[in-house]
Parts: sequence; C-alpha cells; structure tokens
Amino acid sequence: MVRVLLNVPRQVRRNEPFDVKLLISHPMESGQRRDAVGLAIPRDIINLLVVTYGNEEVLRMDLFPAIAANPFLAFSMTAVASGTLSITFTDDHGVTQSETATVEVV
Amino acid sequence: MIARRRFVLTAAAGTVLPVAATASHVQVAVLIRQLVGDAKLAEGRVKLDLPVLVENGNTVGMTVSVDAPPGAVHSLHVYAEANPLPEVCHIRFGPRAGVPRIQTRIRLATSQTVTAIAQMHDGTFWQDSVELLVTLAACID
Repeated sequence: MVRVLLNVPRQVRRNEPFDVKLLISHPMESGQRRDAVGLAIPRDIINLLVVTYGNEEVLRMDLFPAIAANPFLAFSMTAVASGTLSITFTDDHGVTQSETATVEVV
Repeated sequence: MIARRRFVLTAAAGTVLPVAATASHVQVAVLIRQLVGDAKLAEGRVKLDLPVLVENGNTVGMTVSVDAPPGAVHSLHVYAEANPLPEVCHIRFGPRAGVPRIQTRIRLATSQTVTAIAQMHDGTFWQDSVELLVTLAACID
C-alpha cells in the first residue's frame, strides 16, 4: 500500500469540465540505477493507471520509467450525475491499489 | 579488503553492462511510425509545454494540451529520444474526458528532443516537439 492523494472538487456543474489532481507516493525505481556494490536495482514502477467514473472509463495511462518518482497527474473530466471517481493503478509486481472520491453534481 | 572487493565488483559490472545506454532518434521514429501507420502526421494543434533549460532531469513538469473540444482527442503519446527507454507515457481518453490537457512530471536522462503526439477520433495525428538542455541528468547511477 502506498499513500495516494486525490484532489477532486466536492461539487461540480453538470457537463462542465473540472480538474482532478492525483499524487502517488511511489519510488518509481527506473531499473537503470546501481547500488553501492554495483548491482542493478530492479525496476519497480507503476505501469498502468485507470480512472473510472461510475461505469465509464475517463482515462487510461501507460506509465514508463520516464515518469518521475511520486507520480503526479492532473487531468480534466466531466460528469452528468453524482457518482464515485475511482483511480486504480498496478505496479510491476502486479499489485493493484485503488482510491476513490465522491463527486456531487449540482 | 571489503573496499577493494567492492571496487572490483563495481569495475566488473561497469565493463559487462554498458552504462546508460540511450534510445535514439531512429528508435522514436520507428515507434511513431507504428503508432501513426499510414496516416499523415502534421505539426500543430497539440502543444507540449516543457522548460527549455532543465536544471534537474529527475522531475521535469510537463503539460500536454490539445486545441480541440472535449471528447475529440483519442489519445496522447510522449517520447523522449535520449532516455534509456524512449516511451514516456500513453494516455487514452474515455467518453467522460474533459478539456484535453494533462499535466505530469517526467525524467530526462540528458539534453534531447521530446515529442508529443495527439491522435484524434477523426483519425488525424498531430505532433509537437521541444528541444531542451538538461544540466543535471536523471539518476542513472
């Protein structure tokens, strides 16, 4: 389990784009670095991030080692009804973690 | 004794594996060709925002925006030609996507050209490139 910060406005207007900000505390070890004795440090990154709202997919992102440590992502989306925004990500070990936030449409 | 052993190990590892092998312009061109296929790739509409002078390649703020109404963009793709792996990220937008603009932080191994490509739902492709200088490279060692 890693720490996730998900920032979503509590109330949004119907069909009007709003910003979502996401920060995941993850080392995103690139697999290019060596330790003190010269051995390669194995790669350990988040490689897939999926954002869904209700049953609809908002965004799907493939990540590579070129994404900086503690990945940050800001994007825009719209909503037509109140619901739950869900962020799911998978790392190189196949571990999946989710974070949710509720959005109220006024 | 330990220090010497450590030195020998490091030296051996350095000779066997090339340090910081990087991708190339050709590799990126091939990846872009695979993505675009036979379609035409034009300049414009997509805007890649990166600092031209990067002090620290470990975290570089990047904004990619597309001059298009919400829902018109199919996907965004970013390539860094002199990183060990040229691909940076691929983003696919779903039906609930809003303004086509994303912001993230990337790593840059050295001074290079970064390219962003936007694929529209109408099948057209648009690109933008930024050539930048990196003074402190992203951690290779």
